[in-house]
Amino acid sequence: MRRIIRNVRVMDPGDGFDAVTDLAIVAGKIAVRGAVAEDFRADEILDGTGLVACPGLIESSLQAHSPGHGRDGDLASELQAAVAGGVTQVVLRPDTQPVADTPAVLREQQLLAEKLALARVQVSAALTTGLQGQALSEMTALMDAGARVFSQAKQPVHSAALLRLALSYAADLGLPVMLHPEDPELAAHGVMNESGLSLRLGLPGRTAVAEQVGIQRDIAIAALSGCPLFFPHLSTGGAVAAVKAARKRGEAVRCGVSIHHLLLSEQDVGFFNVHAKVLPPLRSLAERDALRRAVAEGDVAAISSDHTPWGVDRESMTFIQAPFGISAVECLLPLTLRLVDDGLLGLMAALRLLSTGPAQALGLPLPSLQVGSVADLCLFDPEAAFTLNPASGASRGRNLPYAQWDLRGRVRYTMVEGRVVFRG
Amino acid sequence: MSFSTFRFGDGNPQYDAQGRLRHLLNTEGLREPEMLQILDTAESFLSIAQRSVKKTPTLRGKTIVNLFFENSTRTRSTFELAAKRLSADVLNIAVSTSSASKGESLIDTVDNLMAMQVDGFVIRHPEAGAAHLIARHLGDSALVINAGDGQHAHPTQALLDVFTIRRLAGPIEDRVVAIVGDVLHSRVARSQIHALSILGCPEIRVIGPQTLVPKELSALGVHVYHDLQAGLRGVNVICALRLQKERMESHRLPSLDEFHRRFGLTPERLQWAQPDALVLHPGPMNRGVEIASEVADGHQAVILQQVAYGLAVRMAVLTLLAGAAGGGENHA
Amino acid sequence: MNADWDVTTLLEGMVRDLRPHVDPEQTAMIGIFTGGVWIAQALHRALGLKTALGQLDISFYRDDFSQIGLHPQVRASDIPFAVDGRSIVLVDDVLYTGRTIRAAMNEIFDYGRPANILLAVLVDRGGHEVPVAADIAALRLNAAAGGQIKLRGPDPLRLELLTSPRTAS
Repeated sequence: MRRIIRNVRVMDPGDGFDAVTDLAIVAGKIAVRGAVAEDFRADEILDGTGLVACPGLIESSLQAHSPGHGRDGDLASELQAAVAGGVTQVVLRPDTQPVADTPAVLREQQLLAEKLALARVQVSAALTTGLQGQALSEMTALMDAGARVFSQAKQPVHSAALLRLALSYAADLGLPVMLHPEDPELAAHGVMNESGLSLRLGLPGRTAVAEQVGIQRDIAIAALSGCPLFFPHLSTGGAVAAVKAARKRGEAVRCGVSIHHLLLSEQDVGFFNVHAKVLPPLRSLAERDALRRAVAEGDVAAISSDHTPWGVDRESMTFIQAPFGISAVECLLPLTLRLVDDGLLGLMAALRLLSTGPAQALGLPLPSLQVGSVADLCLFDPEAAFTLNPASGASRGRNLPYAQWDLRGRVRYTMVEGRVVFRG
Repeated sequence: MSFSTFRFGDGNPQYDAQGRLRHLLNTEGLREPEMLQILDTAESFLSIAQRSVKKTPTLRGKTIVNLFFENSTRTRSTFELAAKRLSADVLNIAVSTSSASKGESLIDTVDNLMAMQVDGFVIRHPEAGAAHLIARHLGDSALVINAGDGQHAHPTQALLDVFTIRRLAGPIEDRVVAIVGDVLHSRVARSQIHALSILGCPEIRVIGPQTLVPKELSALGVHVYHDLQAGLRGVNVICALRLQKERMESHRLPSLDEFHRRFGLTPERLQWAQPDALVLHPGPMNRGVEIASEVADGHQAVILQQVAYGLAVRMAVLTLLAGAAGGGENHA
Repeated sequence: MNADWDVTTLLEGMVRDLRPHVDPEQTAMIGIFTGGVWIAQALHRALGLKTALGQLDISFYRDDFSQIGLHPQVRASDIPFAVDGRSIVLVDDVLYTGRTIRAAMNEIFDYGRPANILLAVLVDRGGHEVPVAADIAALRLNAAAGGQIKLRGPDPLRLELLTSPRTAS
């Protein structure tokens, strides 16, 4: 298959290339980045006028409930949602049912992903069996079964001693570890940020201090073995500062932030809006602004949608009963463009946080649109305006607090290895 | 976070699109004229208890369901009596939370009752926001009164407390009110704070140990005290709160005796407040813990009046909401 | 003759008509909020009744409660005497559909069982929808449907007509 995209604004955060020109894709690779000759033979020519071509987005945390019961989505529905959002590569969360702590689960996920042939799927394996934090998982077997990263999903490892052993063992294998830094006893059973607002609503609060205590512990323990760490979803300026300080000391630590923590705050909980229930919880406006500053100053490696779909059943649950999570991979790009509109970031920097940033943090090959690179890419119309309707998505998840938001940025084509996996 | 930065994320579901009060979910967000209308209407109902027939035909033909997911004798029976005195039919349903967790969702339970043409629900639930969930689900099709949701709100208790204060302690606009005890876990205290501030109470204090009275409560516009003597100085009204034994298990207090030693209301400590300061308690009391018997039975305590007033206030709330449900004006 | 109604004269007529029916030592009087109470206060004074005046707010007894809801200002009904076995004069300003009187009688019977009730109104404007009739009325009109007659007060009392009716006789 030979494809040409003409007159498109090519933005490649890999090398900073930014120009309106052509792209040619041959045999799943970028063949030309620049003016493509008139007589270049192609099976399809796409008019890229007004569109931006960038490397496909990478979602570092996607809950597909696969394996699982399917009511809240499965790999098919959620990968469909991912490619509709311009995402070409996802890391699956290991907190599935059963937990991804055996080679069998990882193989099943990969087989299914291969059959679906949508976005690229990287499987993550549980760092501890059942994510319980009581015993090391069989990391070598899991790596051999395809794991590219170990993860604790949203479960902190309760025992510092066990965490030390797990990180030391993982360090031998050279794979990064994703952690959810939080002191579990301080966090207790909190369902939203602890503040005057949680007091007002009578909801159990989850103190921001739990994250700051947790991250100090995790960073200190990781330093003992040199295990590379990635905290995909920090929610406080203090935690991001702790990562920055560790990086200054030369430690292999990176952090990301969910788009929700950059756009929303605890106030969006309003009167028990379950769609604003997420882990870590939405924090105060001051923390949101601290995170926005950290993103602007380059202290954050990646922005994620922390995609966690829940079906309509969740809407008949009380705030306390409802599970954590927001379903948003489909609108990750337009939501991130809000940060550009707010003057926080340039478009190139925003695209870097959605592609090269997460790849670096996860130790994945760096995406690029240079000649010879694998043609994983996203073509979007940055000016296409729309009003978000949660019911119209490909995801089975209906749980997003962005209903009726006016956004811009529509994905027109998503390609994986030159293959069109989504046309919008 | 200060009071003023709070915005209503997804609308206050106790109002309909026209801004009429359709449900009573909390005192928070009530407008002063609405609250005054409830209190003034309650005054009218107070006298009905003195008649030979203690009933009015106001809600004749209406069905009110008391849907209780948590044990409560007092609140349930006053709501039942209030509805019956208004000539409504009353259905009492006690759902043990264990059976609720076994399958049927809250919404399914409500929908099943709605299929029987019910006009209103009085709901108590151990989780904050349960009444909001149901009100949002029902919209205008039936009225919802929150009779206590977790640690969030208990609006009719707060309304009867301000009714008691207004009647027995004088104008709320120049009374200093102290709430003493486990404010952190108290839905009563939260609703009291909103009710008092809406009615213009110039100073609301909360008093208790930091483990039960966190400093962040000042976000609700109250003054936080961790010392009983300082907190009671100059106070006209003292609202004691019930202390739950579970607080010991969660290590928030060393012991009940220790709590009594620091914050128990005794006749001697009552003298730190204004002479003849009123003492309220939402019941049931733990005598010898948050309140000494000499105070509970003393002339400054108005705990039994609160119960009588509670009936009138609940009749008023039922009447006003049922009237609004008929498409009537909510002349606030 | 709209503006010519003199409430004082009308009241004098009512007192004259009522006098044979009341025993100042025994008879009690109840006015219906708001206008009925004003009229009752004047009658009570003029007739020299010994029993304190009662007053009724029939809001909770209205048959149209579920359609129109509650009045913004509900006042407490107050009947400061035992109703059982008592002769009662029930007073209202304007008798129209009769529903208010029905509600008021229901409420009175919730206080007890009176010996008898006499209905005295300032104006009977016709248009009754239930079998209620005034025993005493200072003025009987046949008001056009939709027309409104309102008593303004309390000081001075003034009878207002919002569309022109035809006098009955």
